[in-house]
Amino acid sequence: MEKKWFTISVYSENNVGLLNRISGIFLKRHINIEGLNVSKSEIEHVSKFTIVVFTTEDWTRKIVAQIEKQIEVIKAFYHTDEEIIYQESALFKIASHLLFDERQIQNIIKESNSQIVTVSREFFVLAKTGRRHEIDEMHDQLEPYGILQFVRSGRIAVTKASMPITAMLNAYENQE
Amino acid sequence: METITSKKTAKNNPEKLRISGAEAIIHCLLAEGVDLIYGYPGGAIMPVYDELYKFQDRLTHILTRHEQGATHAAQGYARVSGRVGVAIATSGPGATNLVTGLADAQIDSTPIVCITGQVPRHLLGSDAFQETDIIGISTPVTKWNYQVTKAEEIPDIIAKAFYIARSGRPGPVLIDITKNAQFDELDFHYEACKGVRSYQPVAKVSEEDLDAAAALINQAKKPYIVYGQGVILGKAEEELKQLVEKAGIPAAWTILGLSAMNTDHPLNVGMVGMHGNYGPNVLTNECDVLIAIGMRFDDRVTGSLDTYAKQAKIIHMEIDPAEVNKNVKADIALLGDAKETLSRLLPRIKKNSHEAWRNEFKLKYEEEFREVIEKDLHPTKEGLTMGEVVEEINLATKNKAVIVTDVGQHQMVACRYAKFDQTKSNITSGGLGTMGFALPAAIGAKMGAMEREVVAIIGDGGYQMTIQELATIYQNKLAIKIVVLNNDHLGMVRQWQELFFESRYASTVMTNPDFVKIAEGYHLRANRVSERKDLKKAVREMIASKEPYFLEVKVEKEDNVFPMIPSGASVSDIRLK
Repeated sequence: MEKKWFTISVYSENNVGLLNRISGIFLKRHINIEGLNVSKSEIEHVSKFTIVVFTTEDWTRKIVAQIEKQIEVIKAFYHTDEEIIYQESALFKIASHLLFDERQIQNIIKESNSQIVTVSREFFVLAKTGRRHEIDEMHDQLEPYGILQFVRSGRIAVTKASMPITAMLNAYENQE
Repeated sequence: METITSKKTAKNNPEKLRISGAEAIIHCLLAEGVDLIYGYPGGAIMPVYDELYKFQDRLTHILTRHEQGATHAAQGYARVSGRVGVAIATSGPGATNLVTGLADAQIDSTPIVCITGQVPRHLLGSDAFQETDIIGISTPVTKWNYQVTKAEEIPDIIAKAFYIARSGRPGPVLIDITKNAQFDELDFHYEACKGVRSYQPVAKVSEEDLDAAAALINQAKKPYIVYGQGVILGKAEEELKQLVEKAGIPAAWTILGLSAMNTDHPLNVGMVGMHGNYGPNVLTNECDVLIAIGMRFDDRVTGSLDTYAKQAKIIHMEIDPAEVNKNVKADIALLGDAKETLSRLLPRIKKNSHEAWRNEFKLKYEEEFREVIEKDLHPTKEGLTMGEVVEEINLATKNKAVIVTDVGQHQMVACRYAKFDQTKSNITSGGLGTMGFALPAAIGAKMGAMEREVVAIIGDGGYQMTIQELATIYQNKLAIKIVVLNNDHLGMVRQWQELFFESRYASTVMTNPDFVKIAEGYHLRANRVSERKDLKKAVREMIASKEPYFLEVKVEKEDNVFPMIPSGASVSDIRLK
């Protein structure tokens, strides 16, 4: 079966041990986590994990079943890139004198639609939000001039289809 | 957090009690109906032991001789009684010694709750004496775990622990409780947990899926049932029997399904898997509809998946969604509790008898009988076989005993030949294959069914892994019958070495102690048999004993267990010799 990029979205209770439990599921099967983001979700007290993997759909389905089996997981889904809207963020720390010494840098800032977050005498910081390849391109353009620090976040994503989490939680409350 | 995630029962205990966390733990256990726990004391759990001393008239604590023994005893108790087993231990090494039992309970779906002491909250993360991250360590081998650091968390967390351990697909839960939480006081109030909002233990099977499954079964020419422990855990034994009888479908057990159906039932055709019966394995690849009930298509059952039941439509009745389509693709998955699924399926099933198809199992059995079974049960060679010992135990107990087995050749032989006329009678380590399981598990099995005969059948290897539990048996005067089938080898590994490693017996030859003297050292009655003429009398005497009794049987040193599906081969390629 063909390997593809899949984005796994996990809605869960906010519990300290859960990340360990979830990462263990990947570890046991030697599947690399290519991206990981944990944040609050649209529902109060519910956390959302966004995990990116590059593997077969069969493995993705089995992993999602194992994740969903964990007690604190409310629901887990997986999606292909076509089914979601997704972004990553990156920060570039660059020496300030380059802004004046290397005119090309200003063009890169303009063309990449990145923002200058802060400027000091020694350095300035660029923030870029976009697809992985856009960030990679910007990185490749800046690299010849020297990047002091670079960091890229995990993918965050929302699905094109609706997520029935609130309905599921309401159904549970109504069982009482 | 718990208040928003756990459902509570109606308040039936409004008055508040100001007590220590340690005493609260005891009250929680009593409220859950626990009257028996296994464990081993130590520094970080001492406040709980102090309360156990005060409550000893209501809550019996059995001191095992190793924490691993406590977990297996809790497992044996749970498997025989259908209740949640409980084990407690201290922090550090006490906690890590629980890991094997937790892993065994996890893979064999056994409901146990383990409570461990932990260093006080202010010392967490400081590498304090006997501090270990048991939450981190136990995460992959528990259904759920939680570290309590505040006394007031105790009632809700223990309520949740029991609920999670026994609901849905059962499993082990570990609760780690810091020492300060045991000493500190709380306003105690207990409510049993009725639900956790992020956890759906049992799905509901749809009418359409039941109709589709019934249609497949009713049209089948060669339907075949393979049942597992899900039938026992779901208390669906009667429904299984009705389905088998109504539709005339031959049924075979997995190792953990054994005893869910009377072994003498004419439609109960044997065991599937690596050392299962000939017909049940070979005919898996000839049936047209395979009905899997409460089993998970373990690799020891299926052999090579590429050649497993490819010709058949698969109906998979299963409680755990993660097991469906994991190893074998189901044509129809009936996700839910086995009892409910079967009872709703039954009215849709047409009567049938499938005489010709059943006869195929009979013919295969006759072939296996000639090649294997007759030689195992009625040997003419000099050395004793494991099979004839098991057969003698069947006769002496009239198929009514609880049989507890360890792991290896003796286990396969017992699961092939032991006879059962009631459920929850076969206690063995199936998924994990834990040597050392049987002796402590027999303690729990006996205490979970005091009126029943409990016979532990163990190999000479596994016996020595938890042999210290003989002291627990003696101290508590548990009339367990212990049979060690001694071939002076790690027999199953030796068999593989003989068959697949050109008889290079690397570290499988055992120079054993005098097992009779050891048993006598633990004040147990003990006997040894090495000749066929003495076997019947020795087994009868053991079963007649009202006290614990140890019997060593010197069996043939280099016997092999057959039939056998070589690792990775097809069920069709099962070898009779």
